[in-house]
Amino acid sequence: MTGEEGRAESRAGWMFVTPALALIGVFFAIPVVGAFLLSFTDFDIYSIGDPASTRFIGLDNYRTLFTSPLFWTALKNTAYYVAVGGPLSVAVSLVAALLVNARLTRWKPFFRSVFFAPWVTTLVAVALVWRYMYHPQYGPLNAVLGLVGLGPIDWLGNPRWAMPAIILVSVWKNFGYNMLIFLAGLQNIPAELYEAAELDGAGAWHRFRHVTVPMLGPTFVFVGIVSMIAAFQIFSEPYVMTQGGPLKSTLTLVLYMYEQGFRWWRLGFAASVAVVLFLLTLVGTVVQLRLRRERPA
Amino acid sequence: MRRKIEAVALHALLLLGALLAASPLLWMVSASFMRSGEANSSPPPLLPHAPTLEHYRALLTSQSLGRYLLNSVVISVGGTVLAVVITGMAGYAFAKLRFRGRDSLFRALLTGMVVPGQVAMLPMFLLLRQLGLINTLFGAMIPVLAPIYGVFLIRQYALSIPDDLLDAARLDGASELRIFHAIVLPTIAPVLVTLGVFTFLSAWNDFMWPLIVLSDDARYTLPVALANLAGEHVQDVELMMGGAVVTVLPVFLAFLYLQRYYIQGIMAGSVKG
Repeated sequence: MTGEEGRAESRAGWMFVTPALALIGVFFAIPVVGAFLLSFTDFDIYSIGDPASTRFIGLDNYRTLFTSPLFWTALKNTAYYVAVGGPLSVAVSLVAALLVNARLTRWKPFFRSVFFAPWVTTLVAVALVWRYMYHPQYGPLNAVLGLVGLGPIDWLGNPRWAMPAIILVSVWKNFGYNMLIFLAGLQNIPAELYEAAELDGAGAWHRFRHVTVPMLGPTFVFVGIVSMIAAFQIFSEPYVMTQGGPLKSTLTLVLYMYEQGFRWWRLGFAASVAVVLFLLTLVGTVVQLRLRRERPA
Repeated sequence: MRRKIEAVALHALLLLGALLAASPLLWMVSASFMRSGEANSSPPPLLPHAPTLEHYRALLTSQSLGRYLLNSVVISVGGTVLAVVITGMAGYAFAKLRFRGRDSLFRALLTGMVVPGQVAMLPMFLLLRQLGLINTLFGAMIPVLAPIYGVFLIRQYALSIPDDLLDAARLDGASELRIFHAIVLPTIAPVLVTLGVFTFLSAWNDFMWPLIVLSDDARYTLPVALANLAGEHVQDVELMMGGAVVTVLPVFLAFLYLQRYYIQGIMAGSVKG
């Protein structure tokens, strides 16, 4: 290749990446840096009319944040959602994948599609459906519970049950995605391993315990942590179903950020919540990278 | 014999799971055809007593659902077309075109993937306000235009294009743009479809950003309008279910037609992990 052609290729390279880089730079990189800067200011509703009135206030927003009971409530609720919803969703995904992948299963594509269907739906729409499912008086869920003599439970009206109800919706909506990832992992396990185990007289449980579990381990860790990181960002379910209530029992970090920033227009303060969200995600990512490095290749 | 029992138990579990997965969606469709107030009875009816289209009529007339549908289509289709072109070019360049700083630039992009989009939303709002893009359909489209995971997805796929093929075309005097058009695009078409399907889905279903950026009722997308409707018409379950059906149906049909692209995309992404 001559220098002339190399230059043409190099020019083309820059030309091809520029639109993407410009968009990512202007509408993502700069705003992310901006969020950090914003969190050190008192940017509020007055600043929107007159940006010059914004003052640099150092760490004051963080001081206010860490002494605000509402922030700790939001953090606690989010941690609850992540710690219970994350593992539950992974477990349901794994069970679904094992059932679909079982040797005796017929109509595999059918079951795979039905299990995956909730994932493609629009969250706002299905959250409204579930809001009705949970209706204390007319909801089908309580009707079913009533048949076995339980309830009725005021799912979304009781601070104890509102978060579990939201977790249930999330698991229902999202398990199909991780199920596909587990299915891919299961299909990558060489059939010879199962045949060898069977020749050695291993039953179904032993084959699962000594072939499937170790072979699927890395996928399991990956799916688990990615799901938990994503779970920190929950917003729409509580926004549509409970508006953070009752008694703030479903107020999550991102919902708190939204309310502070876009309802009360305390953008500087809300930015400090965004920074906390960023740091939590960062910790999750570092943990994931550590675990992946440690796993035997 | 034992095998037979196992098979029956297995399929019973699978059918139960399928019923749990599908029943909220089936009930949504059923309730949208019920008369007003019919869903609010105990025990809850499974099927409409006398199916009616009144809610769909009301949604299209007094609730101007057609307008929200159009907004959603413009944002999703426009965003998808732009995203496929923009990330397609970038993904190919990062894989195959040699230019200075390419690899460090790509690494920097990958680092950006760990940052949740919501972190950027507050400054983004202020930026769009300065640019006069608040309350515009283009403003609502912005987050889907250049997805970093899309650049990554396409680069991985484009790496398999043989260099010899590209160099031969260059020797023949083809311009880089012509090479992209004639050789690269047909080769990476499958992954572009996968990316397009994912982008369309996330643009259509997105809620938080359109909620922030669209303040005027006439610009609402379906999810934003639906959340608004649910706040105003808490009691009109059947009407809301009709709105939910209209919102879900387009992505659902897209899923049915294009499901192999979804499934391949998710499975391929996970294997490379």
